Amino acid sequence: MSGPHDSRREEIRSYVTGYALALALTCAAFASVHWRGFIPATTLRIVLGLALVQMVVHLRYFLHISLRKSARDDLLLILFSMLIVVVMVSGTLVVLFNLRERMM
Amino acid sequence: MSADEIRHAGLNLGATDALTHEQAESDVFGFWVFLMSDAVLFALLFATYGVMLPATVGGPTPANEYKLLPAFLETLVLLSSSFTFGMASVAMKHSASRRQLLGWMGITLVLGITFLGLELHDFATMFSDGAYPTRSGYLSSFFALVPLHGLHVFFGSIWIIVMMVQVLTFGRDARVKINILRLGLFWHFIDIVWIAIFSVVYLQGLIR
Repeated sequence: MSGPHDSRREEIRSYVTGYALALALTCAAFASVHWRGFIPATTLRIVLGLALVQMVVHLRYFLHISLRKSARDDLLLILFSMLIVVVMVSGTLVVLFNLRERMM
Repeated sequence: MSADEIRHAGLNLGATDALTHEQAESDVFGFWVFLMSDAVLFALLFATYGVMLPATVGGPTPANEYKLLPAFLETLVLLSSSFTFGMASVAMKHSASRRQLLGWMGITLVLGITFLGLELHDFATMFSDGAYPTRSGYLSSFFALVPLHGLHVFFGSIWIIVMMVQVLTFGRDARVKINILRLGLFWHFIDIVWIAIFSVVYLQGLIR
């Protein structure tokens, strides 16, 4: 096991890496909208994809959630919450867009 | 289980303070449960926003109301504050000088307040354009979602002040350390919610 001094440098490096990655992802997302390099549907997919990657970066480097180490309870809680979020959000969108289509 | 293992979300105290680390496990996990329920609440407001997006009733639309530059600045400010709070957590964990800990927390606080200022300025511009919550379903859902995040930043800022006072009065005992760990989770969490807001609300509204 490394000493406390190494772990400190390790942690600072984790925050700096996370910050750099998050900055790059943020700039990429805003740039893709600002310079309109793609058709709107593609841009939207790119923006949402970058957002998902950035959330994973934040969870990994700022909140120190990892698949390897023993933060298992937290990981299960996050995965379960994500499942709930996906079911509720996609359910809401499907039902209400379908309703709107039928009302038009 | 050794004290160096990661036991909970966020920065772990580990061997630097084994006794507090032991206690932090359940405390931080409980706070994490609250954060995830908060995430579900935000997710449903996002769903509402998505459904309400076309309901502009001839009023202001996302494309005229949002501006890319202010949204970008707000994103940079909040992201930087997440990083500076990370530095504060590291300073706390490794018993750096009190000045260093309070310094990083102070920078985070300033960035948080800057973010709130920028956001309030945005809302004021929208109001003067006639984009207020009762104008249309789209604007109601916008003002339910984005200011709720702003409210989180506001209370987070108050919490930072409270923690700075606690560090000054109690020093860095176990309770104060665990509180700062929880505040760190909260602060990083509201930054994650902001990622969803700038992507789904601002950038989606400005794509054309």
